[in-house]
Amino acid sequence: MGVLWDALTEAFRLLLTGDRETWEVIARSLRISLTATALALALGLPVGAALALSRFPGRRTVLAAVNTGMGVPPVVAGLVVTVLLWRSGPLGPLELLYTPTAMVIAQTAIALPLVAGLSSAALQHVDPELRLQMQALGAGRWRSLWVVAVEARLPLLAAGMAGFGAVISEVGAALMVGGNIAGQTRVLTTAAVLEASKGAFALALAFGIILLAIAFSVNLVLTALQQHGRP
Amino acid sequence: MVAVLVAAALGAGGCGGDGEDPVILATTTSTQDSGLLDDLIPRFEEESGRTVKTVAVGSGEAIELGARGEADVVLAHSPAAEEELMAAGKGESRRTVMHNDFVVVGPDGDPAAVRGDEPAAAFAAIAGAGAPFVSRGDESGTHAFELGMWEDAGVAPGGDWYQESGQGMGATLQIASEKGAYTLTDRGTYLATDAARDLAVLVEGGADLLNVYHVIAVADDAGERVNAEGGKALADFLVAPASQERIGEFGVEEFGEPLFVPDAGKTDEAIRAEA
Repeated sequence: MGVLWDALTEAFRLLLTGDRETWEVIARSLRISLTATALALALGLPVGAALALSRFPGRRTVLAAVNTGMGVPPVVAGLVVTVLLWRSGPLGPLELLYTPTAMVIAQTAIALPLVAGLSSAALQHVDPELRLQMQALGAGRWRSLWVVAVEARLPLLAAGMAGFGAVISEVGAALMVGGNIAGQTRVLTTAAVLEASKGAFALALAFGIILLAIAFSVNLVLTALQQHGRP
Repeated sequence: MVAVLVAAALGAGGCGGDGEDPVILATTTSTQDSGLLDDLIPRFEEESGRTVKTVAVGSGEAIELGARGEADVVLAHSPAAEEELMAAGKGESRRTVMHNDFVVVGPDGDPAAVRGDEPAAAFAAIAGAGAPFVSRGDESGTHAFELGMWEDAGVAPGGDWYQESGQGMGATLQIASEKGAYTLTDRGTYLATDAARDLAVLVEGGADLLNVYHVIAVADDAGERVNAEGGKALADFLVAPASQERIGEFGVEEFGEPLFVPDAGKTDEAIRAEA
């Protein structure tokens, strides 16, 4: 129990005393994971919409693949990205391994199926009559798509939150493609793993508590956005 | 698909490195956990103007990364695997940097009565008593060393009493402490791990338990895009007199004794003879 109490006080100390290294790690975690989530939304929403609203050959296979992708362990995604980014790999000339950019790529790959799969489910849930009515009223294709999206905004934002939650908390890929390099690719989760492996359990837990606090703040903003105008 | 991701990440992230080719150092978790690299690497970066990406993994993976040319310099403590890498022509040079020693730790009650034994006798006694032993089981240098000790003891470890943690030294010490088990650890991590306070040093000393670290500058042709020049610069730095002096002082302030003994220029045989 002593460790939990130490962790709590340590977390507050790091946050309140403005420990520079800690705040850098926090900023880096947020920058990488928010970028990855934004990319996953930009790429995943159109995929989800296409899967939900159009019919094409192989659609079910793609849907099944996306749903499987939701369960891919981060360490496997990280391993694949690592091998691709190796100097000897196909993307070696870009020299991206052990950079924050590599972490963004891996985390985007992790969040993408979540966003695509959940948004496709969200859009399929909207009454198909709505789109037909809109088109009957003379709305264009994009206009009616927009109305459907607004109708499904709650689960769509939930898809974004699921993506963010998955990447800010994952450690396998971040460790593998980032290398947990101090000052460059060390994020909250990899810092926690490092401290735990050193046996500094209170500090490791403190990073965990900070991670939860950060994730909570981000989700609070998103939830406020989501519930806007609801009683 | 991946190309799209890369392009998007590059555009949106804007967080790549600077112009200078970074040096990738593959090393073992024990050197990182000790904090020594956090002390030495910034000095090298300042001196040379190069940036270093330190990737701390097990010795097995560190050497594999060097052999594939995915790292430019390797700091490891797994002599057999290091010699293999050199024999395969993947290393440009291999030099001694420092040593510390392994110790057998276990519960103070010492159920297998190994206190003060010779290392091989102690391992045989642990197996004979079926006393719990936690192995790293992760192909690290420490794991390789431990397997060598079982061989010397004439024991094939296995069974309920032999457990593999698959984790780093600090975590393994914690597990051994919780379970009241024996384990083999490098002295540096033992000193630096608070969770190991319940474990006593039972077997130590002698040439058999030496843990020697070598630095290997990866050969230019070990793979594509190897930064051989940067790797060699970092290897040179680690054996330079100023760094060696720093290694000899490191840890004295915090633990009352140095965690490593500097050895640049010595052969393994000379270090053994001194022990």
